[in-house]
Amino acid sequence: MSGETATDNVPGVSSESQARNVIYCGVCTLPPEYCEFGGTVKKCEEWLEKYHPDMHEKLYSDDALNANLSALSVDAQKRAQKDAAKKEAKAALNEQRESERKAAAKVLIKRVERNKRKYVTVVSGLEEHGLDLKKIAKELGKKFATGSSVTKTASGGEEITVQGDVSDDVYDWLTERYEDIPEDNIDCIEDKKKKGAG
Amino acid sequence: MFKKDLTPGAKSKVKSSVQRAIRTKVVETYPKLAPYIDEIIPKKSQLDLVKLPDRVSLYIHDSTPLFWQHMDDPLIPHLKLVHAFPQAFPRLRIDRGAIRFVLSGATLMAPGLTSKGGRLPDKEDECKEGDVVAIEAEGKEEICMVGQLKMGTEQMKGKGKGVVMDGGHYLGDGLWKMNFD
Ligand SMILES: [Zn+2]
Repeated sequence: MSGETATDNVPGVSSESQARNVIYCGVCTLPPEYCEFGGTVKKCEEWLEKYHPDMHEKLYSDDALNANLSALSVDAQKRAQKDAAKKEAKAALNEQRESERKAAAKVLIKRVERNKRKYVTVVSGLEEHGLDLKKIAKELGKKFATGSSVTKTASGGEEITVQGDVSDDVYDWLTERYEDIPEDNIDCIEDKKKKGAG
Repeated sequence: MFKKDLTPGAKSKVKSSVQRAIRTKVVETYPKLAPYIDEIIPKKSQLDLVKLPDRVSLYIHDSTPLFWQHMDDPLIPHLKLVHAFPQAFPRLRIDRGAIRFVLSGATLMAPGLTSKGGRLPDKEDECKEGDVVAIEAEGKEEICMVGQLKMGTEQMKGKGKGVVMDGGHYLGDGLWKMNFD
């Protein structure tokens, strides 16, 4: 009840973590010693060299590479190499497709009139650029001090609805903060209520 | 079990009575984890349950996946938990040639363990069919797979062939790639 209590700690028992702290590859997410089995070895190696040079030296030294090879028969080596080349080509193709898709994926910022003079701003398409909608909705709410949440679309997808007419501000903020989205892909549109309706 | 990419289903809070039962079960199944159980599932914490396809339940704590369970099969640790406490699990070792097959989701066969690069426990430490074991790999420090044995280790030594494990949780599979933040 008292929030942070020291009474939970049994005397003599260390409250320090006993868990091993394992490094995982920032590219393929596996322990770096297993990067060689994925299709992104080159990128993995660059990452490791940059962030964990000690480990890089250990895993990618000539000795280590030779030891890996000598554990397999010549035949098995050949098959493994062929397999690795295939994986690498597949990963490269996937990456190319992904960047093409991202280059084409549109983000829409739409001003929607809720009631007379009351607007909400709907942002859709961010997920195509690998962004986490929940996180961005939160950031937007903070940034513009307004209500902002992830909402479902009629077609079963998700978009972000921000209270108020903040289309231009959202546009500026997005282009500045998420530079990976090409500016040409972000469109601002206005969704006027049909005249006579309501 | 997790060859395909997974999208997590609804997350729900685990009742405290169920959480206590899980703690007990974990310590019972993995006695060597007992010293660390308060670190893994702190007493006053809240476990969450995420439903996965094929009737798999996954228990997570603070967005860290801990154990998964297929129907009423044993609770099996997530590989990140195995990496944190590898000495708490019985371990078998596969040879280097078998690694790439394991990492692509293939069924683990006995020759990968009975060969020169592999390793099986001595008779007095044998693992039986149904035991949950961690799979080490020749020349590697970290565990690459965890799952239930289809064949005891003494039987593997005798027969030298057959299915040792299928449906295990391996590095890079759908469960590994899931993010719960
Ligand atoms: Zn990697």
